Amino acid sequence: MNKNERKIFKNNMLTYLMVIAFFVIVQTMSSTGHLSNLLNALLVPICVYTVATLSLNLVVGFSGELSLGHAGFMCVGAYASALFSNIAQNVPLVPRFIIAILIGAAVAAVFGFLIGIPVLRLRGDYLAIVTLAFGEIIKNLINILYVGVDENGLHVATTSNGYKLAAGGKQIMKGALGISGTSALYKPIKSWFFLIGIILVLITLFIIQNLVYSRTGRAIMAARDNRIAAESVGINVLKYKLTAFVVSAALAGVAGVLYSHNLSMLKVSTFDYNLSILILVYVVLGGIGNLRGSIIATVILYALPELLRGFSNYRMLIYAVVLIAMMLFNWAPAARNWRSRMLEKIRPGKERKEAA
Amino acid sequence: MAMLDVKNLGISFGGLHAVDDFHVEIEKGQLYGLIGPNGAGKTTVFNLLTGVYKPNEGIIKLDGNDITGRSTIEINKSGVARTFQNIRLFHKLSVLDNVKVGMHNHHAYSGLSGVFRTPKFRRTEKEMNEKGMELLKVFDLDQEAFIEADNLPYGKQRKLEIARALATEPKLLLLDEPAAGMNPNETAELMDTIRFVRDHFDMTILLIEHDMKLVGGICEKLTVLNFGQILCEGETAEVLSNPAVITAYLGE
Ligand SMILES: Nc1ncnc2c1ncn2[C@@H]1O[C@H](COP(=O)(O)OP(=O)(O)OP(=O)(O)O)[C@@H](O)[C@H]1O
Ligand SMILES: [Mg+2]
Repeated sequence: MNKNERKIFKNNMLTYLMVIAFFVIVQTMSSTGHLSNLLNALLVPICVYTVATLSLNLVVGFSGELSLGHAGFMCVGAYASALFSNIAQNVPLVPRFIIAILIGAAVAAVFGFLIGIPVLRLRGDYLAIVTLAFGEIIKNLINILYVGVDENGLHVATTSNGYKLAAGGKQIMKGALGISGTSALYKPIKSWFFLIGIILVLITLFIIQNLVYSRTGRAIMAARDNRIAAESVGINVLKYKLTAFVVSAALAGVAGVLYSHNLSMLKVSTFDYNLSILILVYVVLGGIGNLRGSIIATVILYALPELLRGFSNYRMLIYAVVLIAMMLFNWAPAARNWRSRMLEKIRPGKERKEAA
Repeated sequence: MAMLDVKNLGISFGGLHAVDDFHVEIEKGQLYGLIGPNGAGKTTVFNLLTGVYKPNEGIIKLDGNDITGRSTIEINKSGVARTFQNIRLFHKLSVLDNVKVGMHNHHAYSGLSGVFRTPKFRRTEKEMNEKGMELLKVFDLDQEAFIEADNLPYGKQRKLEIARALATEPKLLLLDEPAAGMNPNETAELMDTIRFVRDHFDMTILLIEHDMKLVGGICEKLTVLNFGQILCEGETAEVLSNPAVITAYLGE
């Protein structure tokens, strides 16, 4: 390993450690009764949004494309997996959950591929427009989708009375009312969901960090930095932009799976434009291309509004101030210089060793 | 057989014949210069040779293979690499990583191999690091291997572009004004480097340059473009003493 690779390796390890430490501390506090019910309820969603933010950073930070439809990929992942879990109730619990995760990832990946293929060919910010449209279209489609299952198989319609179920049949997806009761199916492992969420965060980190610091990641970043130069050295720009986009979509799908299986009521209205923007805000404030920053920003900014509920009127004010402070901390040149000076001060011995 | 054999190459933008009836024959290992006043069509010739633009007419043969009309990526794979008049580095990547991107197609492993850090990943990365550092040494860039390409001084950025192009293991290297913006010392050093590259890698080089000292110093043959057409071609000394060239080029 050369100097750069050692630095990256240490950096990656630090990120894993940070996630594990967060889990250990929070889990200890939770099991010793030091977390309020409100906070306990936030733990799984924090994992959901962390996976979503990390995966969006792959597209925005490393591939340099703007995507405004990340919630759409979470949405298809959430619905596809919840449908599966409800249909395949005879499959044992744990394998069912694993298959549900894989299905959520696969379906989101397919959508990512279908959107990416035509759009990533074009130069310019077309991806932003198309993903924005995708998010809205998918939401409206699912909003009118009714799915039921009975002994004759699966029934799909776009109105509530589009099909008649035989006796013993079950309505699974009920249009705007969504899918209910998914989390009840997993009651025996419900208490493990935070751990499962943390494992999914670690897997997401593993995939993105290792992908980014490999031949594939270099090609993705080369295509971001200079498309023409990348082609001039034989890099298939479309292929690598598509790779980043599809992997990102698949991981967003996984976030959706965790989300839908943690809820008793899955409603499509959750996955709106605001959610896509919220995740983008986490990415930007955590630092574009900075995975550890993505995690920190998500945890702080997601938990903050809930933690501040006691301050009622000042809640949004404090939230706004923290948003601005984080933005300055991450992006203002003065703050960046200050941070790198501080880093050098903290590690003077190391600098000297490297210089020698 | 010539390494590069171009016949009757032409392209027009709207009504403008940017390049018209261009031809050139470059032997393996030759150092060939393409000169001409601003806007003569030199960069456009490079863009045609590398597939950035598709020619309206003409044939481009590399080492006997017809590469006319192929994509930039395919043309690079068949052995043409270039640098750019306006530097185009991967500016957020390290100097070494810029070169490693150049090795992309010659040192391959799959994306999954990368994610799971397989032995093949380790082996290939090690190879790339060693080869990359060797290449950087040629251009006196090895000390800066781990800094961001953006933070290199201008002259070194131009050199890094050449190193990155060579990393693709080309048969033909196209340099678009490699000495632009360099001071006389840097230019002299660059001339040595270009000669070294030709000798060391047995490279065929076609370069565009405005610096007559550089052109006269290292090119064996020249083609002069003016308003998209060939004004004159031949041995360097002959071409440079041609009165028509002096008039067109110096505007006297
Ligand atoms: N994509 C394009 N669309 C329209 N016109 C173009 C295009 N590319 C080049 N041209 C025109 O073709 C002509 C030749 O341009 P080119 O860049 O090849 O000149 P050059 O010889 O490289 O000049 P310089 O020495 O200034 O680099 C110019 O008139 C330019 O405006
Ligand atoms: Mg030019």
